[in-house]
Amino acid sequence: MPKVALFVTCVADQVFPETAAATVRVLEAAGVEVVFPEQQTCCGQPALTAGEPGAAARLARHHLDVFDSRAFDAVVAPSGSCTAMVCHHYPELLTDGHDRAVSVAARTYELTQYLVDVLGVVDIGARLDTTVTVHDACHGLRNLGLGSQARRLLEAAGATVVEMSEPDTCCGFGGVFSFGFPEVSTRLADAKLGHAATTKARYLVSGDLACLMHLEGRRTRVGPPTSPEPIHIAELLASGLPA
Amino acid sequence: MSAHDGHAITTPGADFRERTASAVADPVLQQALHNLDRRFRTASEAAAAHPGRKERAAAIRRETLRDLDGWLDRLEAALTARGVHVYRAATPAEARRTIVDLARARGARTVVKSKSMATEEIDLGNALVDAGLTSIETDLGEYIVQLAGERPSHMITPAIHKTLAQIRDVLAAEANRELPVDREALTEWAHQRLRGEFLRADIGVTGVNFAAADTGTLVLVTNEGNGRFCTTWPRTHIALMPVEKVIPRLADTGVLLPLLTTHATGQSLSNYVTMLSGPRREGEADGPDELHVVFLDNRRRTLLGTKYEEMLACIRCGACLNVCPVYRNVSGHAYDAVYSGPMGKVLTPLLSGGAEGTDLPYGSSLCHACSDACPVRIPLGDMILSLRADVPAPQSAPRRRRRVFWTVWSRAWATPSGYRATTAIGRISRGKVPGLRAWTATRDLPRPARRSFRDRWAEEHR
Repeated sequence: MPKVALFVTCVADQVFPETAAATVRVLEAAGVEVVFPEQQTCCGQPALTAGEPGAAARLARHHLDVFDSRAFDAVVAPSGSCTAMVCHHYPELLTDGHDRAVSVAARTYELTQYLVDVLGVVDIGARLDTTVTVHDACHGLRNLGLGSQARRLLEAAGATVVEMSEPDTCCGFGGVFSFGFPEVSTRLADAKLGHAATTKARYLVSGDLACLMHLEGRRTRVGPPTSPEPIHIAELLASGLPA
Repeated sequence: MSAHDGHAITTPGADFRERTASAVADPVLQQALHNLDRRFRTASEAAAAHPGRKERAAAIRRETLRDLDGWLDRLEAALTARGVHVYRAATPAEARRTIVDLARARGARTVVKSKSMATEEIDLGNALVDAGLTSIETDLGEYIVQLAGERPSHMITPAIHKTLAQIRDVLAAEANRELPVDREALTEWAHQRLRGEFLRADIGVTGVNFAAADTGTLVLVTNEGNGRFCTTWPRTHIALMPVEKVIPRLADTGVLLPLLTTHATGQSLSNYVTMLSGPRREGEADGPDELHVVFLDNRRRTLLGTKYEEMLACIRCGACLNVCPVYRNVSGHAYDAVYSGPMGKVLTPLLSGGAEGTDLPYGSSLCHACSDACPVRIPLGDMILSLRADVPAPQSAPRRRRRVFWTVWSRAWATPSGYRATTAIGRISRGKVPGLRAWTATRDLPRPARRSFRDRWAEEHR
């Protein structure tokens, strides 16, 4: 049985623990043993995007201390963005620990990427009788090359995937951008919610909690009432698993 | 390069954030930007049809940058052998002076210009006017923004920010008569007017899209034929060429030209491709008596060997603007810079030595759509991110405060106990910490969960 360390991400840990728990259930349904290294904190991405790579590197070194271990086969996160921080940015960020960064990056995966590309599992035994539309979160899409994995998992569970217009356009979150440029950020959320609404799907599915938090925050404020409900793919899949 | 060059600021605001807010709130601008959405789709679809070309183009551009000075020397030798006069300008001021002196020495009165971002970069139009010359933009979009006293809002389609009705108003004011809100009628009026300017012009000024070092050939891409008119009718042609425009071989245009046009406008080739190999020779019917080329550096060569070197691979196609979610919603004037969009966020601080556009890199969601769209594979998203650390000067006060904040944060979060302590504060305050107003003004913010995942896990796995 493959053994996976859950890289929970600070957002899931602190704000959306249900998503983290769902990630564990999905991985276990796929036949994986999940361990949780309790020393983990945050990948450091907020500091990097704020323009402080030194502070980000401090957290990156801590992350490597926690996850550079042969006690598990892979590191899996319910976030394309946090995974991209490790896989795309760590090797360049850590000039002193470059080799260790490359080695951990090579064993770190986003959830759907791990299930479909590494395990070769598409049907995890979840059954969903619903319609969904998928938002391709930017860092998963462009730094990790994700896209088909989520759709294949959802379709294998029986969900109907209805594509929205521009599924690959940013939702406007962007970390510090959503605070620094709130007007454009909000405009982008409105555009995304509008595109999703035209599909008449029940759920707006993504693999990144930050995008979902942004979209849900806008939707509950003023979004179109018909707009699909934002939900993380792990939570939706887990909801279709036998109890 | 900034507001001080005398252009009207059509998107008000003291900084980039304020200008993006004005742009988003401007209903007329937003109406005009629907055109950009159509362009975005056409160009993206056409560009996607040629994936293999990107690799070859990226390789050619990097080959050039590995020995930029060498290729420039070869280009200069080839141009000189064809009877072209070459000048090297280190700064915009030097380039302006060179061109103005050439015009004065020839007793010129009227200059016709073909659209060129390099001439915008050195603000040549105003320099010519200050020298007592008449300078006329001959690309229709550029002519419209010149008449409006503005600067281009998109490097390929300068007047993309204007509705047809606004364009009519600008042209009617110049015509001093009524003009209909009709594309063909307005274009025909401008066509007739510009024809007269061409015939009167003493000097044609253009940019350069590519310059082949092996043959000394200048390549110009236009859709309206104005570039060809500027380079054949006036007695003197002056081309302003940023140093990175050099390419090793004329044969490289076989890859680069269609790549440029598909990414710029979705065309497999532009309506006009002009290849110039020196002034008119004995027995030739067309061409200028004199051809002058000004190589413009403006800090470009200082980027060689740095992590920003690849920015010099840029071929000015505008693809990164067309796909940028920020650009598509605010358009070019919000950047208050010659170059806008993702490439402008990178180029503006770099070409000004960190003096201008220092807030531009923050106005990006780091979605990396620009990096994906770039036909020569410039990692624009990563450069925008790096610039947040590299500009402004590390010792400025806001920068010091920022560093203190993130240093404290990272020291706390680099230990599990520090992470637990700070997140406990967040939970007790129910997420009501200062500084969230920018988010909560338009969006709800979830509160921290009552119990973190790690606490649940610890309890369940005790």
